[in-house]
Amino acid sequence: MKSFFRTFKTAGQALMRNITRSVLTCLGIIIGIAAVIAMMEIGNGVSALNAKAISGLGANTIMIMPGTAASGGITFGAGSLLTLTPQDCDAIAQECPAISAAAPTVSTSAQLIYANRNWVPMQITGTTPAYLDVRAWGLDEGSMFTDQDVRNSAKVCIIGQTIKRQLFGDEDPIGREMRLGHVSIRVVGVLQRKGANMMGRDQDDLLIAPWTTIKYRVSGSTGSASAASSSSSVSDAVNTLNNLYPSTGVQLYPVPSASQQANTPQPVRFTNINTIMASANSTQEIPVAIEQVTQLLRQRHRLRPDQPDDFQVRDMTEFANALGQSTSLISNLLLIVATISLMVGGVGIMNIMLVSVTERTREIGLRMAVGARSRDILRQFIIEAILLCLLGGAVGILLGRGVSLLARWLAHFPTAISIPAIVASVVVAASVGLIFGFYPAWKASRLDPIEALRYE
Amino acid sequence: MELIRLDNITKTYHMGEIDVPVLKGVSLSIAKGELASLTGASGSGKSTLMNILGCLDRPTSGQYWLDGQNVAGMSSDQRALVRNRSIGFVFQNFNLLPRTSALHQVIMPLAYTAAELSDRQARQRAQALLERVGLGDRMDHEPSQLSGGQQQRVAIARALINKPPLLLADEPTGNLDSHTSQEVLEMFHQLNEQEGITVLLVTHDPTVAASARRTIHISDGLIAAPRDGQDQFRLAGAGSAEVPTR
Ligand SMILES: Nc1ncnc2c1ncn2[C@@H]1O[C@H](COP(=O)(O)OP(=O)(O)OP(=O)(O)O)[C@@H](O)[C@H]1O
Ligand SMILES: [Mg+2]
Repeated sequence: MKSFFRTFKTAGQALMRNITRSVLTCLGIIIGIAAVIAMMEIGNGVSALNAKAISGLGANTIMIMPGTAASGGITFGAGSLLTLTPQDCDAIAQECPAISAAAPTVSTSAQLIYANRNWVPMQITGTTPAYLDVRAWGLDEGSMFTDQDVRNSAKVCIIGQTIKRQLFGDEDPIGREMRLGHVSIRVVGVLQRKGANMMGRDQDDLLIAPWTTIKYRVSGSTGSASAASSSSSVSDAVNTLNNLYPSTGVQLYPVPSASQQANTPQPVRFTNINTIMASANSTQEIPVAIEQVTQLLRQRHRLRPDQPDDFQVRDMTEFANALGQSTSLISNLLLIVATISLMVGGVGIMNIMLVSVTERTREIGLRMAVGARSRDILRQFIIEAILLCLLGGAVGILLGRGVSLLARWLAHFPTAISIPAIVASVVVAASVGLIFGFYPAWKASRLDPIEALRYE
Repeated sequence: MELIRLDNITKTYHMGEIDVPVLKGVSLSIAKGELASLTGASGSGKSTLMNILGCLDRPTSGQYWLDGQNVAGMSSDQRALVRNRSIGFVFQNFNLLPRTSALHQVIMPLAYTAAELSDRQARQRAQALLERVGLGDRMDHEPSQLSGGQQQRVAIARALINKPPLLLADEPTGNLDSHTSQEVLEMFHQLNEQEGITVLLVTHDPTVAASARRTIHISDGLIAAPRDGQDQFRLAGAGSAEVPTR
């Protein structure tokens, strides 16, 4: 151990004897490591930004859609059954620990008229105030409608920036009455700008109102409410629209026996909704959240284990994956570039170490003459190369940090310190020293003391 | 008590196809505490013999016992240990490390010693040796800041750092003027008398040779017959030196 420390000191002294050359030799390593550190820190910042963008787009969002109706071998696509209820939504929000918020949605399409202008919003969504939490969306002006408004089917709404621009121009829309289809509706808030989504769809071309308002007043649709209700007896007879749906008569839930029904009286479900949007506590908890939602809904819908789900749960994982893939592609490319520059730096180290061995042949001969074994010489030169690389690495780390801080201050580029990158840099620098220093050191250790001493 | 015994040592260099025999069967014995000089014409093989004695080179054939150990059969690592522990070597051209202080030159061989001296002890020992060779006030000087004689004295101090029983010097005064030569020579005599170190020095200078109690003459790769009874201190067991076998 002591002799190891002495070798270290000797190596340091040897490097100090030729300080300019040592610094120049390190340059390749310094630049390589600095590039790695700077790129990793900037890359880290970018992926943090990406993660934020993903969550802004709703990476934590889980969509629960009604199941697919099938009849006679023909499947009718998602949403052809209405099996979700607002109560399902409340239950999800309350009983699933991994879910932070849940909002039901219904949608419709209708024309908006204000004064002499009209506009057909791309999206008209009926929901509850929780919708804004789920989408992590805020208001620019005014306020969100309340749960009270939802219960009362109040004729209020909030609008997106695009609608505000199209219908109101410079006017303040808060408190204005518009006509939505054949209903007069009052604007109570304006959403923040969100821009286009990943598909390029304008997310600001949106009107949000209580779902009760949309469902009962605007679209006027009673839907195929009965189609999905387990013990529907009320609306069947009066609803002629039922005939339109092939699912008529399909028994979704096991029919409880008379005594069962008597024991557990079920409230009749009157209403159904298109989808439930829920948000998980975090992106990592999405699989757990999906599991919990599935369990809860199966239980609520009284599905036997052998029955398929009568609903579907979707999340944005694929989007997040796609984004993550592009980020990792970039960092892989950077890694390749950094590896090449470290290789070049390593060759520089090897070159200089070979020169150094030749130049110091007499010193090597002398050291052997006073009792250095070949392995002592080997060790000394390897440690010299490693020390050189480690010093280069240390300077490179500082330089890289400096560059990333500069990028932060001058270009306002997001950066985040990357401890793994620093650890990896130190390890890589030492390995480069070991790998590229070995051959020169081995050559030095093979010298014959007499010939080395005679070397001119 | 004999320190060195050479038995029919030969050394042949191979230059491509041609064999160059340099030592042609040297047998020699040197007792502990002797101070002997080795003389001979240029190219007679003095340095070659010294290198073999100093375990820097291996003989082509023959036996070499140093302090009872058979050196000829040793591995290179074992010989490195012998060089470190038992032999101090002083070169004609000093062979000091460039841009290194006198103190560090002297400490340097300790880096390869298994004997665990603390850094402070090592430093103290080196300082004592430098004072011993009269360089107590030049410890921080680098070779370029020292005179030739001072450089050679640093080299002597370095050779002594491991307290070797044998000191080999190949033309230690070859690069020095006569006055400094005298000083350096005086140093060898002192070390021999006061510390009991066995000294063998190669020289061209007849006065230097004469100052040694024993002179070994080498000519054409063989030990020549002793002249003028100079061999009076030689031990009886070394008689074979005069009858080299081919
Ligand atoms: N590496 C070698 N290869 C071939 N021949 C060598 C080698 N080293 C020495 N010789 C030859 O061996 C002979 C003896 O050389 P050596 O250096 O021992 O002489 P020396 O007695 O020390 O001479 P000097 O007094 O000039 O120093 C010389 O003729 C030299 O040419
Ligand atoms: Mg010579």
